[in-house]
Amino acid sequence: MSRPELKHDVRIVDTTLRDGSHAMAHRFTEQQVRDTVRALDRAGVEVIEVTHGDGLGGSSFTYGFSAVDELKLIAAAREEAKQAKIAVLLVPGIGTAEDLQRAFDAGAEMVRVATHCTEADVSPQHFGLARELGMETAGFLMMAHRTPPEDLAKQARIMVDAGCQAAYVTDSAGALLMHEARERFEALVAEVGDEAWVGYHGHQNLSLGVANSVLAHEAGVRYIDGSLCALGAGAGNSPTEVLAAVFDRLGIDTGLDVGGLLDAAEEVVRPYLQRWPKMDRNAIVQGWAGVYSSFLLHAERAAERYGVPAQAILRRCGELALVGGQEDMIIDVAVQLAAEG
Amino acid sequence: MAPVMAAIVGPGNIGTDLLAKLRRSEVIEVGYMVGVVESDGLERARAQGIEASAEGVDWLLRQDPLPQLVFEATSAKAHAAHAPRYEAAGIQAIDLTPAHLGPMVCPPVNLGAHLDAPNVSMITCGGQATIPMVHAVSRVTTVPYAEIVASVASRGAGPGTRANIDEFTRTTSQAVAEIGGAGRGKAIIILNPVEPPMIMRDTVFCAIPLDADRDAITASIHEMANEVRKYVPGYSLRADPQFDDAREEWDGHARVGIFLEVRGNGDYLPEYAGNLDIMTAAAARVGELIARAKQEVPA
Repeated sequence: MSRPELKHDVRIVDTTLRDGSHAMAHRFTEQQVRDTVRALDRAGVEVIEVTHGDGLGGSSFTYGFSAVDELKLIAAAREEAKQAKIAVLLVPGIGTAEDLQRAFDAGAEMVRVATHCTEADVSPQHFGLARELGMETAGFLMMAHRTPPEDLAKQARIMVDAGCQAAYVTDSAGALLMHEARERFEALVAEVGDEAWVGYHGHQNLSLGVANSVLAHEAGVRYIDGSLCALGAGAGNSPTEVLAAVFDRLGIDTGLDVGGLLDAAEEVVRPYLQRWPKMDRNAIVQGWAGVYSSFLLHAERAAERYGVPAQAILRRCGELALVGGQEDMIIDVAVQLAAEG
Repeated sequence: MAPVMAAIVGPGNIGTDLLAKLRRSEVIEVGYMVGVVESDGLERARAQGIEASAEGVDWLLRQDPLPQLVFEATSAKAHAAHAPRYEAAGIQAIDLTPAHLGPMVCPPVNLGAHLDAPNVSMITCGGQATIPMVHAVSRVTTVPYAEIVASVASRGAGPGTRANIDEFTRTTSQAVAEIGGAGRGKAIIILNPVEPPMIMRDTVFCAIPLDADRDAITASIHEMANEVRKYVPGYSLRADPQFDDAREEWDGHARVGIFLEVRGNGDYLPEYAGNLDIMTAAAARVGELIARAKQEVPA
């Protein structure tokens, strides 16, 4: 299994329509998806991820129900994209191989299989199916701040051996400081860099998503994630339009049209934003305490319901070392905090 | 009344923990422990005076007397090969593997209907933890949809579970609906590597009508928790059931949330591995109820 050839110095993957689903409380409409895909595709983005924020099958009480079935959104995105590939996220334990097959049938050409950074061995069956279907693959090692660089690299090895073409340092909590990010990039490039690409998925909770992306490129990382208007969980993702502008200034070829992305952010995405992800107190606490960014809206909702501060809920989630997917525990934590008074 | 003779096939961690639980039973006597290679598990059984063999099911079926019950804790593939042989020999099988050949059973919910089944399936760990609660709600009100989240310590999830994590999701979803009594079911499993390991946690969400009798639901949940505690002493509600009013994105349904902790008994498996303990505890319970039925003593 070989990795795909890169057309440019770095491959920017846009996740506005997947990670952004968190900030939209999973209420994307088909029209919003069509408009966003058209704009991204025109601006030269090669990969556009479209899925419920928690991946295929994420529509649920625990994570929030999708307003529109994700398969319908994937099919709509596929129709709009002239040159871009449509990617989907799959978190084993939430989504299944059947979900992946359905997404493929709806037009998805790439899958990113995501596990907690120490649990890569739940992913091989999904990589196996993806390769059987001829899909491109990437692997997300989520909450990458929670395990040392050399251990993270071993987990990347498990994914690559299973058929992953790009192993990601996924900073789900937006917690990685620059030296911590760099150590992880270098460890993954050393371990799997001869066979697979290394990727970086950043969040802006501590405002380091773009800076870490620049470091990532220096360290040999070639897949870098962004979202228009930073639309994503927590304080959002590294903004795609900022990444394009910064790499352009650095003379690094992304193949992206900076002006087109600025227009897309300003004219397509901004009008439908329910909230512009920002570094407010709760989001900063997530980066500071290392809390999965998607917990933000759930914590705010529980805070209101149980009359306890959202930041207190998030800090407790950090102390308990909860991982991605344990959003159900937020209610439990809020109930306990309310009982403690 | 003489105890019912049983065998355990699969002398690993699960089989060994199950043995510890069955040794306390008054109605079951474990006569045989069976593996396919010499192992610590077989040695541990021998040390307790149980006949143990590494010659597999061939050996077991040559024994006199034959067991009346066999607990299988091997693999889905092995159980699929063994099951017809048990049935031909008239031995009832309680299957802890993911083979799911016989009816899926959850002791306080539907075992009564399957006491004579030649083969019963123990579903999944998350299923054993949550289906009693889905049933507790669905016996009081309509549950068009139920969803469960099982959080398990990484150390408590073995290579078999990891290599086929979809099997958990698929089987548990199906059982939440079919056995739990929900219109549709969904199951999620999360592995958390925190040290010291986290105690198993399960959350159950049920969609309910907006005018459902919440007091009756709460009472039914507490009553069911008491039933489960009869065989899983560490089964507890973290808080009272949490009710949320109807929302448009919930198709206009209200919701009840049930937050569970499953602490293992620490027989052979560690306490945090409530996910494994609830499987062995539920299997032991199934065995006891079948054994009592065989003795014609009312359960």
